[in-house]
Amino acid sequence: MEDKIKKVAIIISKGGLDGVYPGLIMANGARMEGIEASLFFTFFGLDAVIKKRMGKIKIATVGNPGMHMATMLGMLPGMSAMATSMMTKTMDKLDIPPIPEFIEMVADAGCKLYACKATVDMFKLKKEDFCPQVDSIINVGKFYEIAAGGHIIFT
Amino acid sequence: MPTKHFGTLSVDVDAEGFMTDFSQWTKEIAAAIAKEEGIAELTPAHWKVIDFMHKEFKENGQVPSVRKLNKSGVISTKELYEIFPGGPAKKAAKIAGMKKPEGCV
Repeated sequence: MEDKIKKVAIIISKGGLDGVYPGLIMANGARMEGIEASLFFTFFGLDAVIKKRMGKIKIATVGNPGMHMATMLGMLPGMSAMATSMMTKTMDKLDIPPIPEFIEMVADAGCKLYACKATVDMFKLKKEDFCPQVDSIINVGKFYEIAAGGHIIFT
Repeated sequence: MPTKHFGTLSVDVDAEGFMTDFSQWTKEIAAAIAKEEGIAELTPAHWKVIDFMHKEFKENGQVPSVRKLNKSGVISTKELYEIFPGGPAKKAAKIAGMKKPEGCV
C-alpha cells in the first residue's frame, strides 16, 4: 500500500463561495481521516475569516462561466444573492455548513487557521478583524515552516 | 466475503473492516473493534455517540455526520475528535457496526 498522507497545508486564495468551500472541505476531510491540517487564508480568501465578511460571502453570477448564466442576466439586482441562497440551502441539506459554522467546525476538528501577513498589511487589517479561530497572522516564511514535511494544496 | 474473529465471535466485514451484517453486532463486538482501533475502553460518551448513530440510521438510513452529532447536542466536535482519535466519523461507524460514511463532511 502507498504511504498515507500525514500532513497537509491548504491555501485558500480566492473569495466567493466557490473560492472558499473547496479548501474548507479539503481541510475538514483531512482531519476526518486523521491527517494533520492547517489552513492559510490569503488575498480575497481572507474574507472567510474576517468577522464582518464571513457570513456574507456570495457566489458571483457575473464573470463566472461555471454558472452558465448570461452576463446581462447575472448582473440583475439580487441575482447573486438569490444564487447564493439557493446554493447554501442545497449544501445545508448535504450537511455542508455555512462558512462561519464551517470555520468553527474545522477549528474544533483540530485544524489550525492562519491569515496571510502581506494581505493583512495591504488591506490594513488587524488581528481583531478576524474570527477567534484564527491562530495568528503569519508571513510566507512561517507558512513554509508550518507546512514542512507535508503536502501543500493551493486553491 | 472476509470474516473477522474476536475470540469466539466472528463477523462479516468488508475490505476495510466495516461490518456488512448489522444483525451480527453486539456490545462485545463493539468493544473488540474499539480495541483494534486503539480505544482501550468504551466510555459512556462513546456509547452516547454509538446509540445516536444507530437511532439515526434506523430513522434515515444514513450514518450521521460530525456536524449532525454536534448540532443534535450529542457531543461537541472537539470532544468527538478527542474520544475517537484519528478519524471520528469513520471510527465511530466502524465500532457501531455500520458502513463507512460516504459524505465528504
